[in-house]
Amino acid sequence: MVLPPLQNRPCGGRYTDLVQAIGNTPLVELRRLSPRPGVRIWAKMESFNPTGSVKDRVARSLIEDAEEKGLIGPGQTILEPTSGNTGISLAMICSLKGYRLKVVMPENVTPERTQLLQMYGAEIVYSPGDQGSNGAVAMALEMAEADAGYYMPYQYGNPANPGAHYNGTAPEVLEELDGEVDAFVAGLGTGGTLMGNARRFKDELGDRVKIVAAEPMQGEPVQGLRSLDDGYIPPIIDLSLLDRKIFVTNSDAIVWTRKLLDEEGVFAGVSSGAIARVAHRIAGELDEGNVVFVVADDGWKYLSSGIYTKPIEEIEALESTLWW
Amino acid sequence: MATVKIPPVLRPSTSGEKEVSADGATVGQVLGSLASEHPATKQQIFGDGGELNRYVNVYLNDEDVRVLQGLETEVGDGDVLVILPAMAGGAF
Repeated sequence: MVLPPLQNRPCGGRYTDLVQAIGNTPLVELRRLSPRPGVRIWAKMESFNPTGSVKDRVARSLIEDAEEKGLIGPGQTILEPTSGNTGISLAMICSLKGYRLKVVMPENVTPERTQLLQMYGAEIVYSPGDQGSNGAVAMALEMAEADAGYYMPYQYGNPANPGAHYNGTAPEVLEELDGEVDAFVAGLGTGGTLMGNARRFKDELGDRVKIVAAEPMQGEPVQGLRSLDDGYIPPIIDLSLLDRKIFVTNSDAIVWTRKLLDEEGVFAGVSSGAIARVAHRIAGELDEGNVVFVVADDGWKYLSSGIYTKPIEEIEALESTLWW
Repeated sequence: MATVKIPPVLRPSTSGEKEVSADGATVGQVLGSLASEHPATKQQIFGDGGELNRYVNVYLNDEDVRVLQGLETEVGDGDVLVILPAMAGGAF
């Protein structure tokens, strides 16, 4: 049988199951967003992963690493602090691989996250919303200490998290751009995306590539409940790998999330808006080159908040919500 | 003269002020001026050796000074410094 020639390149590939289909995401140029003719802005569409976020890569890496080391077996309960995406990815992977999953997450995340986790059969433990991700981390660490039956991958401190990007995301970008990467921008959360990509880009390209972190500036209602001693710096973060670290307010993040949608048709989550804003700022400082930024997740989980349709001043709890 | 934005957690130490003006050519000097004016902020911002406390992030015009030149980072007239507690990202 003679098959017709493939019209689109590349084909999405053929996999033995959904877990194997993680990664190999498209890199899409966003021409309307570029502030300069010689500077090309590229979106690495991690939202195209099976559960809609970059965390599919991380969750697969965490679980497969534990399997390879013999740390988990059939029926194992896995425990992880997460405000959403990692939990959703772990839930999908655990349901396919036959593990039980318990996630600890702040109570003030959007309701879609709860439904997605339940949909894949995960059990949810809520931590105090005013303590953000730090509170979820602290609670999960306590639970793991009290019960040795849990296996906690602990994405904040596990080298398999940045490893997913060192061996996956970064080589894909290098391949698509023939190694011509001048700046890479990603969000700072666990640090996995930034650290894994940064190490690979620096290893391959040296100082020609600038690594830039976009960081959420928590709103005052969240800040106000915290003391300066409550800080938490994920152990995998090595600040020396970053060339710049720039914060983005919640309202700017949402303005740019809308800009991605209105100008480029990219339906992304709020962190991607913040990252795009920083990518645009960096692009404006260059004369020419390729600026790559990560679209960390898609927008479905944020629909109930109205951020894609309401005027910004009508969005409820703009400053007290943990958007990313 | 730079503007320093004070987080809620430090406002009891600045008589409730949300932002203050402070002199200095570097981040260290500006924060030093703040600490002279409002002594209760000193031990919250600086460690015993005069370095930034581990969980305090200071941003100059939105950029973390730890990734720039730390306390030696130059500050221009009209620049804005923001002091914030270090936090892990939200939705990860």
